[in-house]
This record gives sequence, structure tokens and C-alpha cells, in this order.
Amino acid sequence: MSSETQTSSQAGRPGFIWAVPAVLFFGAFAVLPMVAVVYLSFTTYGGLEAPVWAGLDNWKRLTTDPLVVNSLWLSAMLTLLSWLVQTAIALPLGVYLASKGRMRSLLAAFFFVPLLMSGAAIALLWSTLYDPNFGLASIIGPLIGVEDGNFIGNPKLAFYSVLLVIAWQFIPFHTLLYQGAARAVPVSLYEAATIDGAGRFKQFTAITLPQLRDTIVTSSVLMLVGSLAYFEIILILTGGGPGAATRILPLHMYITGFRGFDMGYASVLAVILLVLGTALSLVITKVTGFRKMASQREGL
Amino acid sequence: MSEFVTDNPEIQSETDDPPRPRALRKPRRHGGALGSWWQRINIPGGVGVAVWFVIVGVPLYFLFVSSGRESADYLANGPFSPPTNLSFDNFTTILESDFPLYFLNTFIVTVACVLIVQVLALPAAYAIVRSGKKSVARVFSFVLLGLAVPAQAVIVPLYLLITQVHLYDTLWAIILPTAAFALPLAILVLTSSLRDVPKELYEAINLDGAGSVRALFSLVLPLSRSALATIGIYTAMQAWNGFLFPLVLTQDVSVRVIQLGLWDFQGQYGLNVPVIMAAVALSLLPLLVVYLVGRRYLLAGLTAGSGK
Repeated sequence: MSSETQTSSQAGRPGFIWAVPAVLFFGAFAVLPMVAVVYLSFTTYGGLEAPVWAGLDNWKRLTTDPLVVNSLWLSAMLTLLSWLVQTAIALPLGVYLASKGRMRSLLAAFFFVPLLMSGAAIALLWSTLYDPNFGLASIIGPLIGVEDGNFIGNPKLAFYSVLLVIAWQFIPFHTLLYQGAARAVPVSLYEAATIDGAGRFKQFTAITLPQLRDTIVTSSVLMLVGSLAYFEIILILTGGGPGAATRILPLHMYITGFRGFDMGYASVLAVILLVLGTALSLVITKVTGFRKMASQREGL
Repeated sequence: MSEFVTDNPEIQSETDDPPRPRALRKPRRHGGALGSWWQRINIPGGVGVAVWFVIVGVPLYFLFVSSGRESADYLANGPFSPPTNLSFDNFTTILESDFPLYFLNTFIVTVACVLIVQVLALPAAYAIVRSGKKSVARVFSFVLLGLAVPAQAVIVPLYLLITQVHLYDTLWAIILPTAAFALPLAILVLTSSLRDVPKELYEAINLDGAGSVRALFSLVLPLSRSALATIGIYTAMQAWNGFLFPLVLTQDVSVRVIQLGLWDFQGQYGLNVPVIMAAVALSLLPLLVVYLVGRRYLLAGLTAGSGK
């Protein structure tokens, strides 16, 4: 292997061939499908027989599918609200847990336990808690005005019930990011502010928040990208229902493709997901400077 | 274990105890004992944390206590009655079902994914950092584009691909896409770790007459150990908790993995909530053990790539 790369100027350096296995593997199971999904969106494909070219038929159906606007709207709302709720809780919580102290590190260890749970495990736990007859919902519901305790079966409440579970799943991760970042803030800044007579709230807004700016960006980007992949929690909790009240875009795609075996049209929905994902990934490389870092330090 | 150093300095300080800035805590002032005590108490912070403690704690308490009680007790006395005569009966029920098979399948998938990702990512990262060629750098940006593509976007063509190569309903159908989707972040983490290696080390070993193969084994591999541990944990979590690929690409009970099995139990045991909770508790047992033994490494693996 190495003999191919040992030209005089390149002695001992690994050549392109070293990256080939990873590229081929990634190409076959990630990139090839990304290309193929565009092709499949122009076909009729039921999953059993080979796809048949159908031209623009599937794409024309976008305009007449009332669920697609609904699912895009739900995805957008879920993304936005998840970002707001999760940041509003994870940031102060991470900052709080960043301070030293036995109590706080015990609390932190406890708060990170949901990180270990899969989406399926969390969804099953919460669907039990949301059970209107035997779950926690039957106790909490009457206290907050939901007399029958039926949260996920109620078209108005299902969306927010799902939002809560998703927040429960992902807040620990972002708390961890903020905890790490808050620990890196120089303590001298706080000492100086204390001498100047700044109170705790003033210190938070004038020191902590500006110092956490990069982490706020990273965490926000991860939330935005991650929200495109919210899937099993909703599938298990509500199946997209009641009606289509929680049928976000990935779920609409899955149900169309693998419950209705309408994989051609499901590919149209998948292309929309793909475009959204790629756009976000371009934003990531821009915002976080991965690409810049790569070009500056490439090849040493 | 102490030879490992995590890549993320913030995470690293999670468990060891060098003197560390006391972020929001004000230093004591000479204003008297009561004054300093009053200043150190953070009332809004404390209240907020207490609320969050309840929100996290109640479901977890419910999970573990329910898994130990009888179904009749649960239905008669409600979810939060004080547990009477806890037992391991529900766990016995689970262990006598197909659950051990699911456990084994998931274990195989996890190990295979970790091996594939590490074996593919390390040479690729080495080439990206050290080849000195523009073409390899372009590979890097290409792979990075895969970071944000949701798996749902490619699941239809993956289904077509997997059926065409006759891997549908095999463990390979889960392993291959799971590994491919873990690869971009693994390469990202490894490249940033290898970039921190001084280039003099590479030059020295090349002057010694070592080719790139020997440099990989005697220099790159030992220096990447902690990064490999990080991406190993990251990949293992992805594989163990994976849901979409098994859901779409397998069907038979013989290749069922744990996450699908859990969903199955819900249909199978219906109202027998304690058995379902016991299955959920068992499914997270391996990760819980890893968490208790090596919290630092687990957290580093979880935040892999985002500690920039």
C-alpha cells in the first residue's frame, strides 16, 4: 500500500488511497442513496417491484397534498419551539451546574441519566405516564384543567405533549454543552464584576452570556439539525395523530412510504428533507468554521 | 484508564478535581459571615433546579419503581402509591421472552459498527491530515456534508439498495447504514485530534525510514487512542439506540434489536405496565453501567465533535 505513495517529495506520507475505503463505504450507504432518492422521486415504486419512471407525477401531487403543508408547518413549529424551550432551560441549568460543589456534581450526574435512554425507551416511558387512566396524566390532568387526563389523544394538546417529551430527551445533552463552556469562563471576570458591584443577574447578562456565544451557536445548530430527525418519539407516542396533529415531515414521509407503500411520493418528501438538511449543514460549516479550519491546516 | 485523555478539556474536568473556577459563585467578602452566606445562596437558581429535578426525577423514579411491582398492585393503587413487596418477577418474565435474543442481536450490531467505523475512519483521518494533497482535503468537506443529513431523507433508497443486494432482514442491513452514518463525525473527531500532533513527530518517524503503514501503527494509532475511545462510545450509542434502520430494513424476530423489541413489548403486554418498564430498564442497563464506571468517557463520546 505504502509503495504507491512514496514518491520523493511525498516520502512516508499517506496517499489518497488511505481514504478510499471510508469514501467508498460512505458513498455506498450515504451518498448513493442521497442521489438515488432524487431519481426515485420521479418514479412509481411500491417496494416490491422495480421503480417505474413517472416523470413529474409525484412532484405535482405536492400541491394537492394537504398534509404536506401541515407537516412542514408542524416541523417548523416544533423546531422553533424546541429550540426556545431547550435553550431557555439548558443554558441557565448548565451554568448553574458548572460551579464546583459536591451537591452540584451529584445533581449533574443525575440530570444526565436521560442521555443514556434511547428515543424508544423514552417514548415508552412517557406513553405510560401519559396514559389517561393509569398514568401520571390521570393525576396531573384534573389539576391543570384537563379533566379526562387525555393529553396525547387531544388534537390541541398532543403537539405540546410531544414537545415536552422531546425537551426531556434533549435538554440534558445541551446542559452538558453549556456546563462545559461555563467552566471555561475565566473566574477573574466575575471577580472584577463583583468589585464593581455587579449583582448576580448583571453578571449573567454581562459576562456569562457573551462568553457562551460560541456554545449558543453550536448548541442551536445541533438543535436545528437534530429537529429534522425527530422521529421515533412521535411515532411511538402518537403515531402522528390524533388525525395529523403531530405528523411532522419525517413521519409523513415514513407513513407515506412504508405504511402506504407509496415510495415514489415518499421520495419527494425525502428530497425536501434532504434539501433542508444540506442547507443546514452548509450553515454549520459556515458558522462554525470547520471548512476554514480545514483549509488553513490541511497537509501540515 | 488514566492513560486516556479526553479530547474535550471541558468534559475532562468533569470528574477530576484540579482547582477550578467557581463560575457564578462570588468570592467571600469581608462583610461578615451572614453577608457572604447570603451572597452565595442563589435563590432563583435553586428554585429552577428543584423544578427540573422533579421533572427529571419523577419519570425516572416511576420507571424503576414500576419495574419492580406487580401489575395488579400497579392497576389497583395507581402509579405513585408507595411500592409494596418489590420483586424481580417482571425481569424474570422479560428474560424468559425473546428479549435475550434481542439483546444479543443489538450487541452484535454495536460491536460490528464500532469496529467498522474505527477501521475505516483512522486511515482516512490520517490521510486527510498528513497527505498534503488537495484532493484528500476535498474528501473531508465531502464527508462533512453528511453530518446534517437526516437518515429519514435516504431511507427509501436504502431500502431499495438493501433489498437489491439481498441483505434485507439480516443484521448487516442494520450494521452497514448505521456505521456509514456514524463515519462523518468519527472522521471529524479523529482529524481534529491528529491535527494536534506536532508535525515534527511525523517527520522524525519518516526520517527513521518508516513508511506510512509503520507510521500509522507506531505513531498515529497510539496517539489517537483517546479519540478512538470517544468515537467508539459515540458509535456504540448510535448503534445501541438506533431505531429507524432496524424498523425499515428488518422484519423477522430472529434479527430484531432491542429498541424495536421494546416497542413490540408494548403491543404484547399492553396494560402490564410493570413488565414494559422492566424491559425499558433492562435496555438501558449496559449504558448505565458504562455511565457509572466511566462517566467522563461516556460524556466525551456523547458530545464528540461539538466541543469546538
